[in-house]
Amino acid sequence: MAIVTPGFRGRRSAAAERLPPGQYLAEDFPVLSAGPTPQVPLDGWTFTITTEAGQPHSWSWAELLALPRETPTVDIHCVTKWSKLDTTWEGVSLDTLLADVETSADFALVHSYGAYSTNLPLEDLLDGKAWIAFRYDGEDLAPEHGGPARLLVPHLYFWKSAKWVRGIQLLHEDEPGFWETLGYHEYGDPWREQRYAGD
Amino acid sequence: MALPWRVARLVARRDESATARTLVLHVDDWPGHLPGQHVDLRLTAEDGYSAQRSYSIASAADGDSLELTVQLLPTGEVSPFLVNDYAIGDPIELRGPIGGWFVWAPTDPRPVLLVGGGSGVVPLMAMLRTHRDIASRAPLRLVYSVRSPGDVVYVDELKPTEEVDVTLLYTRAAPPEWPRPAGRVTPVDLGPSDPRVRVYVCGPTGFVEAASRQLVALGYDERQIRTERFGPSGSQG
Repeated sequence: MAIVTPGFRGRRSAAAERLPPGQYLAEDFPVLSAGPTPQVPLDGWTFTITTEAGQPHSWSWAELLALPRETPTVDIHCVTKWSKLDTTWEGVSLDTLLADVETSADFALVHSYGAYSTNLPLEDLLDGKAWIAFRYDGEDLAPEHGGPARLLVPHLYFWKSAKWVRGIQLLHEDEPGFWETLGYHEYGDPWREQRYAGD
Repeated sequence: MALPWRVARLVARRDESATARTLVLHVDDWPGHLPGQHVDLRLTAEDGYSAQRSYSIASAADGDSLELTVQLLPTGEVSPFLVNDYAIGDPIELRGPIGGWFVWAPTDPRPVLLVGGGSGVVPLMAMLRTHRDIASRAPLRLVYSVRSPGDVVYVDELKPTEEVDVTLLYTRAAPPEWPRPAGRVTPVDLGPSDPRVRVYVCGPTGFVEAASRQLVALGYDERQIRTERFGPSGSQG
């Protein structure tokens, strides 16, 4: 049973049922990054999926843009407590990118330009749940929000949606990423409020 | 293993500026914290409604005592209560300490540069206070950017010493006769660079982006720059 703080009334949001526990509605798009924003030139950009057998599957920027695109509208939830509803993105589904990748891996470790990484079960990247996104709200994705391209996995806390995405390593064994080694939850389901290790 | 919710009580408070107030909390069996870490607060209303927010810790480790500095966001949900209405002796739920990245290790002998914009100075103050409390010999420099003189918090503790250098930047209005004209942070404020320096940058997104871009261009080691975005994420604080 929670302890009441006398005098606190709070402000109930009309969108409350769309907010996971402990989240509040943000109108703007806050930024959270652990270091300087990397500048990633498009002419050298590649995105590589590497299987557990070490087999690489790579796409250049032009090759990525030539793939079928989707325009998901999704709610996003940051572990720092803000949520943003009905965000609109454009990108390529991971189902498309993984279609010809032969794997029996259960886990994925996502790598970024810069030193960032994050891990998640491979099944969380499949079945229309994840994209490599390069446009947000009708515009090219800004560098501070992860441009040129970021992973978008909106059903997990937003640190799993790695900015400046560079590749995905498929693994038989789960391997923790950047925040996951620094006390944050290994899975990060906002609806179960899995913020920190052990939640 | 899970981080438990603890009950904290307000034992004292201090005005830091017209819109910022420090809350001194007592938390039984507080495990201690490193400078730069934060806590989550959970406020619950009589009818069971609750709201959570994260706040950086402003104080150095000090037994069961913990200080947070809350910036008032007039249209926010939580900060007006914490700044104006939260009463001495009342309970609040808290868990932490949280964060293992934006922290300064007190034993680190390397030079440190702290770059804070607005209320982003709060976790940097925990680093400066820890540095002072343990009499660290690591050279430390604080570059602190505020809009105008009335926005400076911790004003009595910003005096330079032999190990600590403090540079105040005013972006909108500087005090009379201040040597630097009012304006946003520039490379001149952040230099000269030294790749050995560990850098912590905290503030609103625009400030952190500008400062960290300048630091990298100046020749600071990108891998030694740690950032944290802090402060209002719109009108909701």
